[in-house]
Amino acid sequence: MISAILSVDPLLDGKLLWTPLIIVLVKVLIVFVVGLVATMLMVWFERKVIAGMQNRVGPNKAGPWGILQTLADGIKLFFKEDLLPERSDKFVFKLAPYLTLVPAFLAFAIIPLGGDFRDGKGGMVTMFGHQTRLQLADPPVGVLFALAISSIAVYGIMLAGWASGSKYPLLGSVRASAQMVSYEAALGLSLGAVILVSGTLSTAGIVDLQSSVGRWNIVATGFVPFFIFLIAATAELNRPPFDLVEAEQELVGGFNTEYSSIRFALFFLAEFMNTITMSALIVTLFFGGPQPISIGDTTLDIPLLPNALEGTVWLLLKVLVFLYIYVWFRATLPRFRYDQLMDLGWKILIPASLGWFMLLAAQRVGRDAGWDQIVVTLVSALVLIGGYALLQRAQKVSRSNREKDGASF
Amino acid sequence: MELVVFVLAAAMVLGGALGVVTRANPVHAAMSLVLTLFGIAVMFVSHNAHFLAAVQVIVYAGAIVVLFLFVIMLLGVDESEDLSIEPISKQRPLAFILGGGLMCIIIAAVVTGRKNFASGGGALESATLESPDSNIRLLARSIFSTNVFAFEITSVLLLVAVVGTVVMARRIKSLGTGK
Repeated sequence: MISAILSVDPLLDGKLLWTPLIIVLVKVLIVFVVGLVATMLMVWFERKVIAGMQNRVGPNKAGPWGILQTLADGIKLFFKEDLLPERSDKFVFKLAPYLTLVPAFLAFAIIPLGGDFRDGKGGMVTMFGHQTRLQLADPPVGVLFALAISSIAVYGIMLAGWASGSKYPLLGSVRASAQMVSYEAALGLSLGAVILVSGTLSTAGIVDLQSSVGRWNIVATGFVPFFIFLIAATAELNRPPFDLVEAEQELVGGFNTEYSSIRFALFFLAEFMNTITMSALIVTLFFGGPQPISIGDTTLDIPLLPNALEGTVWLLLKVLVFLYIYVWFRATLPRFRYDQLMDLGWKILIPASLGWFMLLAAQRVGRDAGWDQIVVTLVSALVLIGGYALLQRAQKVSRSNREKDGASF
Repeated sequence: MELVVFVLAAAMVLGGALGVVTRANPVHAAMSLVLTLFGIAVMFVSHNAHFLAAVQVIVYAGAIVVLFLFVIMLLGVDESEDLSIEPISKQRPLAFILGGGLMCIIIAAVVTGRKNFASGGGALESATLESPDSNIRLLARSIFSTNVFAFEITSVLLLVAVVGTVVMARRIKSLGTGK
């Protein structure tokens, strides 16, 4: 009987049977639940760590070490009154929180969450007789999917500010969209360096290539793309020191000023979810994702754990480091001014990532064509210095022109 | 399966396109445009053109429409425009004629090219199925080696457009337009 049901073709496709479908459904459920729980813990983690850095106690009442504080806050937000501003655009106002939340969850789908990448197994795991990956989806466009998701994530924030029908949210959302669009260029260009080195777009493929610390992409791409990616990702997440979107002193609360109750909670959730996703993406792209730390021939192996689950543990540890760094940023760095933000994005990060990309491409071409590596490096370094001098000169000229025109900046 | 995807995507595309034309509020119209672009991206995916779909979302939905919305917000065009004013006289009948003409051309192209649809694309598809990256590799080889001249010319064109915009937008004091 059961085998008869299992052999029915659910999608009328002729190829797919129930088992792969069930595996996918289970994966979706796991990714969703893990995302929600991780976000809950992240909020607690951030409050606790930042409290420690500021010599406070932090949340300590709900549950052991206050770990259930987020749950209590979430339940409280559910039961708060839901306000709908009179001058708001009702439909867009209600839609905007979901437009922020859905991309936050979608981006998580392409992160390899575990799996055995040792000995050329490529992260494949056998589940109910099916070869599968511990990752929800491995689309052919791979990391471009993450880029596409982060580029549509701006809609939620933009429309939320506009639909509120009041001034400060609008200012906040215009700031946010300008910032996110600007930094997306730097994000994509530093991603280009990783794709160039790996020669593949698939996240599983990128992880597979980083089998030891020396082959991690942070080393293989020469550190600069990693730092550009980290800065651009922080700006893309609107986290401190780039949180001009919600600069309380200037904008009351930014794009979410008019939001209350569960709609506000959804924005909050999406923001922290995005932080986790971005940390996981950084780990996947630059630090070998679920690969264990191995130097040369020695691999740090966790005993008693199957290799596939061990990948999950390694990923968790590496992601935790970045989550801590984000909290650390928030506790340490003062907020940027708006013109400083734009200068950093357009005049430093984008030219730097373009230049570094050119350097890597020249090395690659030189290696394929059998040119002398030292000459190639020297020539591209000279070209880079020339380009930098030109850029400096152009900026100096335009600044003096502006001053002649009577501008005060 | 493919039919279901097609019907859904086509409904998205057509619904979005109708929304762009009929919605009075410019922000709603821009959002309808996003819906159309997503529908087209879904169609690309269902035809194994994953890279095109990703680029469609990144460039059109993620950058161009965001820019539209940005301009709409900055100019504050919240109220619906007075639709009885025609900037170009007889623009409405002209639009009908031009739209009808375009539709005739598209139908003619589809009818004459139907044979090619049935047979073409075989070489690409077998390469695509081998490895997910090979589709992108073929595209890159075509752009950066066979058609590199056209590609470079296009980028120069874009650069000229950017420089032109900056020159036009800059207020020069000596001409008396600045403060």
